[in-house]
Amino acid sequence: MIGVVRFPGSCDEVDALKAASLVDDARILWHQETSLQGVDAVIVPGGFSYGDYLRVGAIARFSPIMGAVIELARAGGPVLGICNGFQVLCEAGLLPGALLPNQSLRFVCRQVEVEVVDAGTPFTRACEEGERLSIPVKHTSGCWFAPAEQLDRARVVLRYAPGHNPNGSLRDVAGVCNEAGNVVGLMPHPEHAVDDFEGSTDGRKLFSSLARAFV
Amino acid sequence: MRARVLVRPKAGILDPQGKVVERALPALGFEGVRNVHVGRLIELDVEDPSRLEEMCDRLLTNPLIEDYEVVTETAPGPAAGGGAQGSPPGGAADRPAPGDFAERPAPGGVSP
Repeated sequence: MIGVVRFPGSCDEVDALKAASLVDDARILWHQETSLQGVDAVIVPGGFSYGDYLRVGAIARFSPIMGAVIELARAGGPVLGICNGFQVLCEAGLLPGALLPNQSLRFVCRQVEVEVVDAGTPFTRACEEGERLSIPVKHTSGCWFAPAEQLDRARVVLRYAPGHNPNGSLRDVAGVCNEAGNVVGLMPHPEHAVDDFEGSTDGRKLFSSLARAFV
Repeated sequence: MRARVLVRPKAGILDPQGKVVERALPALGFEGVRNVHVGRLIELDVEDPSRLEEMCDRLLTNPLIEDYEVVTETAPGPAAGGGAQGSPPGGAADRPAPGDFAERPAPGGVSP
């Protein structure tokens, strides 16, 4: 079973729930809960948790459910942060770096091409390394940055294809994972690329990777 | 105790807001402005100022990307910041001198 966290201000949790439902049972986890209700994997979805007050992800990181999410992550359970979820996982110290405002200072919303750099995570193992995926981004603070001491050790999972970096992120990073590989954060939204009407179904691969991870 | 936390982007980190402001000023005729950085000001009343640093490190700032400076109000005097409320418009003489913030004692230092 996959759990999708809902914070006040989340807005992509239903799409994430539907995408996760394609590969497994899935349920919403309210931010006030303190237990994961037996789920095996967690998705921290996109949106504007707690209004993005103070800094993106800064308040959500201390919500009651995050204690249980951090515990799962430390135990090696698969955790995926998408967009605001990525920001929350960085703030929680589960992923290297931080997400700064886009270099353009503008909200960007468009389809981008990303390359799979690391197919060894529970969310990318159905992909080939070097494979290109077409997935949308929509964010204002997506410029991934890591200080020098973290940068060279950071495991990059997805990179924007040449000419597709929408936010000025260091080394064109679109997604990273922790050292163990079980916690992944992405700025692009795979949950918005799972059905033909969305123009691309490439995002499905990340969810079917998870199904494979359970086997 | 009244405290102010001044948060600014770490040196060397891309600060697009600062860049935009820096470009906008000459467009209005304000020449000779450089190194503009845009940060945040957090004001708070605290019972135990010795915990301010921990508050900054855990929640108020992200040490990976931001530097901060804590300024605590010293005993209320005629020129203290608290007087700003009642200061007349344009009363530049009442304002703290530039650099005043930086020179005040940090928490844990000398304070009444």
